[in-house]
Order: sequence, then structure tokens, then C-alpha cells
Amino acid sequence: MDRLLKIVFVTGLMLGLAACAGPAKEGEGAAGGGGPAASGGDTRRAAEAGGPVDAKTLLSDPNSPLAKRVFYFDFDSAEVSAEDRAALRAHAEFLAAHPGISAVLEGHADERGTREYNMALGERRAKAVAKLLVLQGADRGQLQTISFGEERPVALGHDEEAWRLNRRVEILYSGY
Amino acid sequence: MTRHLHIWMLAALLAWPLSGRATLTIEIEKGEADAIPIAVVPFGWQGPRRAPLDVAAVVRSDLARSGRFAPVPVADLVARPTTAAQVRYPDWRVLKVNSLVVGRMVETERNRFRIDFQLLDVVNGQQIAGYSIRAGVRDLRRAAHQISDLVFEALTGIPGAFDTRIAYVTVTADRRGRKTYRLAISDVDGYNEQVLLTSPNPILSPAWAPDGERIAYVSVTPKGPVIYIQNVYNRRARKLKRFPGLNNAPAFSPDGRTLAVTLSKDGSADIYLYDLKTDRVTRITRSPAIDVEAAWLPDGSGLVFTSDRGGTPQLYRIALRGGRPAGRPQRLTFSGKYNARASVSPDGRRVAFVHDHRIALLDLETLAIKVLTETRLDESPSFAPNGDMVIYATRDGSAGVLAAISVEGRAPQTLSVTRGEIREPAWSPLRRRNF
Repeated sequence: MDRLLKIVFVTGLMLGLAACAGPAKEGEGAAGGGGPAASGGDTRRAAEAGGPVDAKTLLSDPNSPLAKRVFYFDFDSAEVSAEDRAALRAHAEFLAAHPGISAVLEGHADERGTREYNMALGERRAKAVAKLLVLQGADRGQLQTISFGEERPVALGHDEEAWRLNRRVEILYSGY
Repeated sequence: MTRHLHIWMLAALLAWPLSGRATLTIEIEKGEADAIPIAVVPFGWQGPRRAPLDVAAVVRSDLARSGRFAPVPVADLVARPTTAAQVRYPDWRVLKVNSLVVGRMVETERNRFRIDFQLLDVVNGQQIAGYSIRAGVRDLRRAAHQISDLVFEALTGIPGAFDTRIAYVTVTADRRGRKTYRLAISDVDGYNEQVLLTSPNPILSPAWAPDGERIAYVSVTPKGPVIYIQNVYNRRARKLKRFPGLNNAPAFSPDGRTLAVTLSKDGSADIYLYDLKTDRVTRITRSPAIDVEAAWLPDGSGLVFTSDRGGTPQLYRIALRGGRPAGRPQRLTFSGKYNARASVSPDGRRVAFVHDHRIALLDLETLAIKVLTETRLDESPSFAPNGDMVIYATRDGSAGVLAAISVEGRAPQTLSVTRGEIREPAWSPLRRRNF
């Protein structure tokens, strides 16, 4: 689906912007991912010019703030930490700059508490992250939230450390 | 012993083509000091070959599991009468048993049986009850459970719930860690397991319809949760209309026409009623908080549900009139940081629930809480249809197992599977007697 969108997008670029210089701002875009609001403009322009190639580079850069895709929560809480808010800002700006890209926000809970309550808690966490992303520039239509409750743990133990790792929201960029 | 071996071999043969099918075993942790002593004498047998089932042994094990009875071991029996006329009461008074069950089984035609039994009061030397039950070879265990029900009710005044079933979810993982989830039902003593559904997706919250023929459950698919209703007999499944977000925690209304469900289509998790005829939903709760896990009061007059509108998950009750909310939800629990997942007793007087990760009972009139279990990570309590026991999920080491305990805190027992985990138990309604 997204791959298809990309192809359409790229074809459009080739037809419409044949005279343009191509992805001139690619490097700048990658550097500007986590920067202040001003750099958002750069990525946006970069996207218009370079599109998906640019997005792929940004998303695969391990040093980009976009490399952080998992956000952790306290027990029975959906509050995003101050530190994570900063990291989420980079994702919001990236999404704003790449309107053709969409993301799935997967909410999860630890095994404590009831399974059905945890389904709702996972959703609340995913929606809390979605809300922050929208507030910072992403379009609601780019985001999809889904909860797996406590059903898909990443850590299999039954201790504090496992529980900490399992209370999370994961950002999954479709096609990346 | 040989009988056990035979059952095991049979179970192994049945399970072989369907490897991964779980076998349930029940372990009673300890006998109860104040349980009523009762003797269940091995039943007489008239027929070619051997008796296909030791009916008295099934009855003994049923009564012991209830925690209310202490059946005398067969080796300690002073005599082996099979009719009331053969009973010499003074012998049994010496053994200090209050009650005695005697009976005999006859094969009337091939694979058809008649079981006659009497329940006798040892103290007064009188018959309390006597019945004749007919059963085919495949219904013999059921017939034995029905004898247990009749004995239990005659001596306690409470209907027995031995001829009932449990639904549950089992989970196994292959070498690569890929999980397989199964929705299954079995007799309440762990026999006759039938797998209704095998899926790579997690299965949550099996809930029985009041007719005992359908089970609603949640399948957590990669695209989100979906509610299904499956017929236990013909296995046909119906997928309910799916709404954006949560489609969770189904609970059949007492008339079986409506499901209370949790949806989040309008924002946060709220309780809705789903009309099974029209597929229309009516919103019952409205709060920005999580409202989830609705359980019906048995007369249909309201729901008990979990909500964190007060900051932590607590139980609330909301009245219903004509399928719509009547008044504001009323908070029921005030002590503890985590009170959730209500199961209302069949008489509507109390609620079994998760209280700070243990199972507790809440008196709906006084709001007093009584903690039943001492383990941690206890979940999913479900009342027996006679209100005398609660079954729930817990952990034994790192393995998920089921456990049951009487409402008096007696007879704690564990039900485990030979492979993998077992969770999300739901006790069926009482079944109609088939004799």
C-alpha cells in the first residue's frame, strides 16, 4: 500500500519535476531531523525534492533522533517523559515533512493487571503518543494506533526489568 | 491403577494426531479438617467384560474437590454393600461417616447402562435420596457427575456444579518461539477436552452464553481486536461488527440477546451494549477514563465494571433500564490500588475480582472485601454457576496454570496442562440434566 503510494509519488516527481535539480538537500534533511523547528522547513523542502529516498536515509540513520522508536512508561501510566517528548518531536517533524509516510503506534503493557484493562492501557499509551505527534505537526491521518495489551511482551521474565521493557509504545513506519 | 493407565493410553492415542493438544491434571493441595465424612462404596456391576467406568471413584473425586466433603478412601471401607438393603448401619457409625452412597450399574444392552444409587443417612439409618440414571457409554462420566450433583445438593442444599464445563485458553510455543493459542472446553474435572479454535493470534476473555451453547471471545489480530461468538457444538463462528480501536471484554446478558463490550470508537475505552440481532451498539459509560470488563448482574438490572476514573482501577456499578444507563456509576471498591475484572455470583450478592493481584470477594450490600488467595499475579476469576467456588488463572513458577478455591477459602486446587500455559478460565452455566 505505502510502497504503491511511493511509486505514484516518485512517478509524479519524475513527470512534473523533470526540470528540477533533484534531491539537493538530502544531506541537510538527515542532519536536521532532530533539530529545532527551523530545520523542519529544510526537511520539508528536502521531501518535496527528494521524497522517499530521503525518508529512507533519515529512518535508517542510527545516529538520527528518529532511531529511537520505542518509548517506555511507568506502571499503569500513559504519561510520556520529558526526555521522550523531545525525541517524539523529531518524529513529528519528520512526519510533517513527509506527508506520504504513515506510522503505526503500537501500545503495550506489562503482565501485571488484567488482560482487558491492559488492552485499554496499551491503547491509551499509543493515543498519548499520537496526540503529542499531532500537536507537534504530524497529521492525524498519518497515524494509526493499535493496542496489544500484555499479549506481545519483548521481555519474557516476570520481574521489574522485564515489566519496564514491556510497558511501551513502538513507532512502526510502514514500509521501513 | 490399570484404569488410569488405560485412560492415559487412550488420551495419548487421541492426542497423537493432534499433537499440542493439552491434557489437564488437577491437584488438590490439602484436605479440609471440617469437611463432612462420606463413604462412596464402589458400585456393583452386572454385564459382560469389565465396568467401563468406576462411577464411585468419579463421585469421590468430585466431592473431595468441592472442599465440603472428605470421602473415605476405598481401602478403609468396612463393607461393600451395593443396595440399601445390604447396609448394616452400625458398621458405618463406627467409621464415623454421616452419609453413605451405594449403587450398581447394569449394562442393559450393548454400551447402554442403567445406574441405580441411594444416598443414605448413617445416623438415622434412612434413605435420603435414590435415583436411577440411564446413560450411553460416552455419557457415563456425565452420569457420574450428575450423581455427585444430586448427592451434593441433598446434603448441602446447594445445587452441585460437577456436571459443568470450563472454557479456557492454552498457549504453546514452538522452537522458534512462535505461539499457538487454543480456545478449549473441558469437563470441570479436566476430562473430555475439546479444542474449539487454534490460532496464531492471542485469544482473550472467553464468555459463556446463558444457554451454554455459545462462547464469545476476543481475537487479538495483527490489525486489532475482534469479537467472535462460537457455537460449542457445531463450531460455527460469527464475527461481530468491528469498530475502530478496542473490541474487547464481551459478556452475555442474562437473556443472551445482548453483549456488554468495551469499545474505544468514540475516544477512550467505554462500555457499550451490542445488540446481537441488529448489530447496533448503545453507549453505556461516558468518561475520558478506561471503562472495561463489564459483568452483568444476574437479573440484568445493571453492570459491574472496572474504571480508572478515580485515578486507579476500581470496580463500579451502573444500573440499566431498557438497555440504557439509569443514573451515574457508583464506586464499589475503596481499599487497594488495583481492583478489576468482576465476576458476579449467580445470586447477585457478591463479586469475585482481582484485588491487588489476588482474588477476593466483594459483598455487594456491605462492600466488605474478603481476600481468598495468597498467591501473586492471580487473574480472571470466574464464579461456579452454583456460587460455591471460583476458578482463576495464576502462575506456578513461570508457567500459567488455573486454580480453583471455594468461596469459604477451602480446597485450593491447581489445574495445569502437560504442555504450555493455561489461562482465562470461564465456568459454564449449569447444564440441564439429561435423564
